[in-house]
Amino acid sequence: MESFTPYSALIGGVLIGVSASLLLWFNGRIAGISGIARGLVSSDRAEFLWRAIFLAGLVGGAWFFYRLTAHAGYPQLAPHSRPGFPPGLLVAGGLAVGFGTALARGCTSGHGVCGLARLSPRSLVATLTFLAAGIATTYVVRHVLGFQ
Amino acid sequence: MLLRYLTSLVCGLLFGVGLALSGMPRPLKVLGFLDITGRWDPSLIFVLGGAAAVATVAFHFILRRKTPLLAPSFDLPTTKIIDLKLIAGAVIFGAGWGLSGYCPGPAIALLAAPNVEALYFLPAMVAGWCLYGLVGWGLERARKS
Repeated sequence: MESFTPYSALIGGVLIGVSASLLLWFNGRIAGISGIARGLVSSDRAEFLWRAIFLAGLVGGAWFFYRLTAHAGYPQLAPHSRPGFPPGLLVAGGLAVGFGTALARGCTSGHGVCGLARLSPRSLVATLTFLAAGIATTYVVRHVLGFQ
Repeated sequence: MLLRYLTSLVCGLLFGVGLALSGMPRPLKVLGFLDITGRWDPSLIFVLGGAAAVATVAFHFILRRKTPLLAPSFDLPTTKIIDLKLIAGAVIFGAGWGLSGYCPGPAIALLAAPNVEALYFLPAMVAGWCLYGLVGWGLERARKS
């Protein structure tokens, strides 16, 4: 069970917003993670490289945070697997997240952060839709099927 | 060109630290938000709200410029239409998010602290991307023949 963490959530969100702003300001690119990752399959070497470097940085930044906080005595801040959580839900979830973000051309960061920041009606519709679908699905998984 | 890679790296690092600090790579944190009938955890709205608020103000000024600092032009999505593809995609993505507790950013951040869930989720997400490419290619071929 997780508890409400307003400060770390807000500061984390601000850092993500700063990252997206710098990427647009310097490189003219949108920090949408699904778009950046899907574009890795590019024949253009420069296209591949900036994407790979950004994603390596993302993993590196998270790695640095988890290392630092584990060292300071907070290993619970890193993600841990959920005992007894069905692998089938993870596989089905992964397939749906992949296919859905490709079809909608964006995920939480692309539509939810950058799209809303560009005041794009398309992104607002996408964000409200995936939030609603997420809430409905979570209800079914947790309260109808009974998986935690 | 090299400078552009450096800014990519800095932005990636900031994004990764932000994600890890926000707690969103922990699926129970995300599901605690999506589960509005359980013990609700509003943290996710602070993450999304904080990020979108900063970006909205910054983008307003950045997009007044003719060009970005290190590239010849801004590379922005051009599609404006709200169609079935957008809605269906968002519904499918949202369903996968609720099933698993992961969206693409946090899922990739899992590589920083890999566990058995990453082993199931990440290849499936990549397979979902490939499946979309395959379906698009098939439809294109069917249209041409």
